Amino acid sequence: MKRIYSIEDACIGCHLCEVACITEHSLSKDPVKAFLHEPERPISRCTVEEWDGGVVSISTNCRHCDQPDCLRACISGAVQKNAQGVVMIDTEQCVGCWSCVMACPYGAIQRNLARKKANKCDLCPDRQSPACVDACPNRALVYREGSQK
Amino acid sequence: MNYLIVGNSVAAVGAIRAIRELDQQGNITVVSREKHNVYGRPLISYLLGGLITEKRMSYLPDNFYEQNRINLLLDSEVVAVDSKGKSVKLAGGDTIPYDKLLLATGGDPFIPPIEGLTDKDRIFTFTTWDDAAKLKGISADINRAVVIGGGLIGLKAAEGLNLLNKSVTVIELADRVLSSAFDRPAGKIVARKMKANGIDVITEDTVVRIEGEGGEISGVTLKSGDFILCDTVIVAIGVRPAAAFLKGSGIEVNRGIVVDNSMATSVKDIYAAGDVAEAADFFSGQKNPMPIWPDAYIQGDVAGTAMAGGAKDYEGGLAMNSIEFFKVSTISMGVTNPLNPAEYEIHTYQDIQNYQYRKIVLQDNRLVGAVLVGNVDRAGIFAGLIREKVDMTPFKDSLLSPDFGFINLSKEIRSRLFGPQGKALLSGRAEQAVGH
Repeated sequence: MKRIYSIEDACIGCHLCEVACITEHSLSKDPVKAFLHEPERPISRCTVEEWDGGVVSISTNCRHCDQPDCLRACISGAVQKNAQGVVMIDTEQCVGCWSCVMACPYGAIQRNLARKKANKCDLCPDRQSPACVDACPNRALVYREGSQK
Repeated sequence: MNYLIVGNSVAAVGAIRAIRELDQQGNITVVSREKHNVYGRPLISYLLGGLITEKRMSYLPDNFYEQNRINLLLDSEVVAVDSKGKSVKLAGGDTIPYDKLLLATGGDPFIPPIEGLTDKDRIFTFTTWDDAAKLKGISADINRAVVIGGGLIGLKAAEGLNLLNKSVTVIELADRVLSSAFDRPAGKIVARKMKANGIDVITEDTVVRIEGEGGEISGVTLKSGDFILCDTVIVAIGVRPAAAFLKGSGIEVNRGIVVDNSMATSVKDIYAAGDVAEAADFFSGQKNPMPIWPDAYIQGDVAGTAMAGGAKDYEGGLAMNSIEFFKVSTISMGVTNPLNPAEYEIHTYQDIQNYQYRKIVLQDNRLVGAVLVGNVDRAGIFAGLIREKVDMTPFKDSLLSPDFGFINLSKEIRSRLFGPQGKALLSGRAEQAVGH
């Protein structure tokens, strides 16, 4: 399946992947509205990590594992892998126990504390390629066929 | 091929998926003593507390059994295994033959002999959907409950009853709650939160007698001599592998059903997985029952793979729990409270007032355990480092940082986990894109 890969040397630490992710998962799909006016700002599914003020940076994201640890740890069955291989969270079913957060070795599941629901990458089902990848100004994120690691 | 699975919880699901991955043709029969399709067993406290409805108890869509062509026998208890004749016997007298058998019967609550316990009506255990439903069914009549046992199950039962505005007292024999999963400070934080929400927590004491007339409970007497007024008692001392039905089967049972790294028991074509199994521990390799949800899934997966002719090696059980008590998140994994601390390197940060605690346990520079209370974000990174046995020598200083992440590790680790494989780094647009 196609996955998002991160090229550390190309990452400039601009966080535009996070902005794009938040925007894509907002109601309006408009960044200004998403950040300022919508009742709940979505939580970015990708996480840019920085060190030494941004000298080193990398955008980390869900690997959509073949044998997902999050799925195995989920106590409610909210985490499932769909026919395309995308690991999805059914937010209706999720009880916010954070077992998936405990299990994911990639640190790729976020806690939405306001809604008490786990939050993760869905590979942007409405798009040809994920918003984070399209937004990256230095092509530090690539979307292509490959294994989870 | 006739596959027979005894038990219908998460280990069974792991096994069914693994079998169907390799064998779409074979017959799979699942027998369960419970009357429900697979459900999220740890959700019973959410159900009791009214946080979820019955509809959300289902762990999988109802068509899971149909899609995987499972012959499902609910409300049927297996009472004996005939390993020579390759069949199991049901309580009703029927027998079911098998070619490959998986025992995934889970655990039975342990009920200690307490004076006055057997003749009282309102004594409950708390491990099944039906347990929660029974308790919820009479909840209008409950005024005061005593929970015997301050482990995960006991505290979750106490929380559920508290959410129904019942007066609850937890009685724990050890000097703190959650003594098996947590260390002292983490147990203290949870106990503090329970007390702040009106639950009484009594430690270093135990119930010696349940008092009352006829079937009715008037209270419990403790070892210390104290008397606690109550009308309902929940026994949550712990669970034991549900393997009593294997007497005389020839299958080796120690505390649980002893299995090797493919989940095979001592008898050919019989496997065990989940809380009933006694499999190797991740660190020591010693065999122990490990009643951990994710581990049950993994064991089921390994067993199902072996049953269908494949091979997967069990890495060993790693204890891990993620539990919330009154909105304080807690995650613990691996070695959290070593008996011989001198052999470990332990780093801690605590802010008890704000319900924050972080403990990292290393041995020979390898991460072996972690406890996080409050901020539990990205806890799984620690689980990955434990499993991968990464040498943490260069990274120790950052381990307690609340935003610890991959940036604190080496570039080699980051690119192995997140980078594209092979060519992308060496040629093509990725390399051209390097801008600085």
